[in-house]
Amino acid sequence: MFSETVERRLAPRALDLDVEIKGLVSPLPPYLAFKEVWRNKGRFLLVSLVIALITTLVLFIDGLAVGLGAGNIEYLDKLNAELVLFQENVDLSTSASQISRAKLNEIKHVDGVKDAAMVGFSNGSIVFEDGREPLDISLIGVEPGRPGEPPAFEGQGLKGKRSAEAIIDRNVALRTGLQVGDRLSLKSIQGTEEEYYPLEVVGISDGRQYFIRPSVFVPYLTWDKVKPQGIANGGDQSELIFNIAAVQLNEPENLEEMASRVEDEVSKVEAVDRKTAYEATPGYSAQQSTLNTIRIFTLLIGVLVIGGFFQIQTLQKVGQIGMLKAIGASTSTIAIAFVLQIVYITILGVAIGSIGTLALSLTFPVTVPIVFALESVLVAVISLLIIGPLGGLVSLFVLLRVEPLTALGLSS
Amino acid sequence: MIPVLEANSVTKTYQVGSNAINAVHDVSLSICPGEFVAFVGPSGSGKTTMLAMLAGLLSPSQGNILIRGRDLSRMGEMERTRFRREKVGFTFQSNNLVPYLTVQENVELMLKLNGRLNKESQERAKELLLRLGLGDRLRNLPSQLSGGQQQRVAIARALVHQPDIVLADEPTASLDTERAYQVVQTFASLIHAQDLAGIMVTHDLRMCQFVDKIVQMRDGQIARIIDNPQEIRSFANAHMMN
Repeated sequence: MFSETVERRLAPRALDLDVEIKGLVSPLPPYLAFKEVWRNKGRFLLVSLVIALITTLVLFIDGLAVGLGAGNIEYLDKLNAELVLFQENVDLSTSASQISRAKLNEIKHVDGVKDAAMVGFSNGSIVFEDGREPLDISLIGVEPGRPGEPPAFEGQGLKGKRSAEAIIDRNVALRTGLQVGDRLSLKSIQGTEEEYYPLEVVGISDGRQYFIRPSVFVPYLTWDKVKPQGIANGGDQSELIFNIAAVQLNEPENLEEMASRVEDEVSKVEAVDRKTAYEATPGYSAQQSTLNTIRIFTLLIGVLVIGGFFQIQTLQKVGQIGMLKAIGASTSTIAIAFVLQIVYITILGVAIGSIGTLALSLTFPVTVPIVFALESVLVAVISLLIIGPLGGLVSLFVLLRVEPLTALGLSS
Repeated sequence: MIPVLEANSVTKTYQVGSNAINAVHDVSLSICPGEFVAFVGPSGSGKTTMLAMLAGLLSPSQGNILIRGRDLSRMGEMERTRFRREKVGFTFQSNNLVPYLTVQENVELMLKLNGRLNKESQERAKELLLRLGLGDRLRNLPSQLSGGQQQRVAIARALVHQPDIVLADEPTASLDTERAYQVVQTFASLIHAQDLAGIMVTHDLRMCQFVDKIVQMRDGQIARIIDNPQEIRSFANAHMMN
C-alpha cells in the first residue's frame, strides 16, 4: 500500500526528549489564539464591537468628566500660586469669601510668603453688534503681573491697574473669534441697569474656565468698576474688597506649614492648597463622583459582557479542550492561548472605540464640554484593556478544570 | 520480542458513596511493536477505563503500567502530559479535531506541540495525508469534511509524530459500514508499517478482522484473549453474519 519512501519516512525513530518546549515560551499559544479568532472573525468581531462601544462610552464619560471639571475649576487648578486664602467660615466658597486690601498686606508680610495678590470673581456677558447670542463669561479681576494673572500665550499681559484691557481665555477666543487687538463689549448689570464696557483684548491665555464659563481677566480696579453691583451694597464702599488671595511661597514644599503659619498670623482667613480650593467649588465633587460612578458601572458592564461571551464559548469547547489536553497540550498552553484571545479582541475593540471616539469628537462644536486629557484617556484605555482579561477569569478557571479524560467521555 | 506496553494486575476502583466499584479488576496484558489489539466488550465492561489508564489519563488504583519499561504511575502530571504528547497517538470518538485548524494544521499540531515542526516533518505530514486520500483536502476545515475523512485526519495526527503506541476510542462509531472498514483497515496498515503498538476500543466486532489480538472484557476483567489469526477471523466473521 505504501511506497518504500513513505514507509522509510514513517519508520519509528528515537524521540528526542530534550525537545521540550514549555507552554510559556512556545509559539503555540499565540498560534492557536490567532487561528481561532481569524477563522471565527464574525463572532469575535461582534464582541470587539461591543468592547468598542463600551470604550466609546467610557471615553466620552471620561471626556465629559474632564471637560465639565475643567469648566468648573480650570482657573483654580492652573493658578500660579501655591496657597489660596479664603475668608474664614465661608466653606471655601469663592463667591461668599471677602478679603480686604488691608488683609492682603498682612498676608504679604508673613515670613515665607513670596508674593500675594487679590483675585475677584464675578460674571458678565460679551455682547456682539452683529446680533449674535451674548456669551456668558466669568469676569475675574487680577493684579497685573502678580499671582492670579494667567500667562498670555498670545499677545501680552495686563499693564495698568485700571486700564480698559482684558486677557481672554482660549475658549472665549474660540467661541467669539476675538483676537488680540480686538475690542469686546462687556455687559454688566449695575443696579437695575445694563451697562456696557468696551475692553481691548491684549492677550489670550490657555483654557481658564471657572463656574462652567470661559473667563475674561481684567485689572482689579477695572474689575471693581465693571463687576455687577447691587442697588445698595453694604459695608464700607471705600475699601477694596475681593474674594480670594493667591499666594506664592518661597518654599512651595512647605505648603502645610505655611498654611498654618498664615492662618496663625493673619486673623480670620483660611489657607488651603489649590486642590482643596477647587474641590470645594459648589457641585464639583458631586459632579465628578457621579461621572466616576457611571464610568465604573460601564466598566463593570464590560467585564460582564466579555465574561459572559467567553464563559459560553468555553462551555461549548469543553470537549475540544479535553481533547487538546489528552493529546498532550499543557494546561498553560491552552490557558495562555485563551488569555491571548481575550487580549486580541480587547485590543481590537479598544482601538476601534478609541479611534471612533476621537474621530466623532472632532465633529463636536466647542460648546460641548468634552476634553480628552492624555493622562485620563490613558487611565481609561488601560482600565478597558484590563476588563477583558478580568471578564475572562471565570472562564479561565473553567478551562483549567477541564480534565483530559473528557476526551474519552470519562471523568475522574 | 520486547513488549512496548505492559499492564500488570491493573485495577481501577471508584468510590461511590460507601461502595467501592472496580471498573477494571486485575488486568494484565502486554502488547508488542507492530501489534494491533482490539478491546471489545459490552458497555461498562471497563475497556475505555483501561484505555484511559494505558494513555496515562487515569492512574490505576493498584498494579502498574509500563511503556517501554517506564512506569506511568510514577510520573507526575506534567511528565504524563509530556509522555502523551511524545509517545502516544490518539483518535477519539468525537471532538477529534480542532475545528478552527485546517486538515494540514490539525496534523501539524502534534508536530508543533512537540517542537518538531520543520520542512521535513511538514512534508511527512503531507505525504501521510496524501496516503490517507486527503491530498485535496489539506486546506479544508473539519466542518467541510465527512465523518470518515475526519477520522482519517485524526489517524494522520495520531501517527505523524511517530509515537510508541496509538490509541483509538471507537474510531468507527459515527461511520457507515464502508467508511468504517476503510478507516480501520488504513489504521491497521499504518500501525503495521510503522511497527507501532495499536489499541482500539470498539463495539463494532466486525472491525476485529483487521487486528492481531482481541481482548474481550466483561465486568472489568479480561474474559478472553484471542490471538490466533484463524480464531480472530472466525470471531469477526461470526459478527459479520449478524
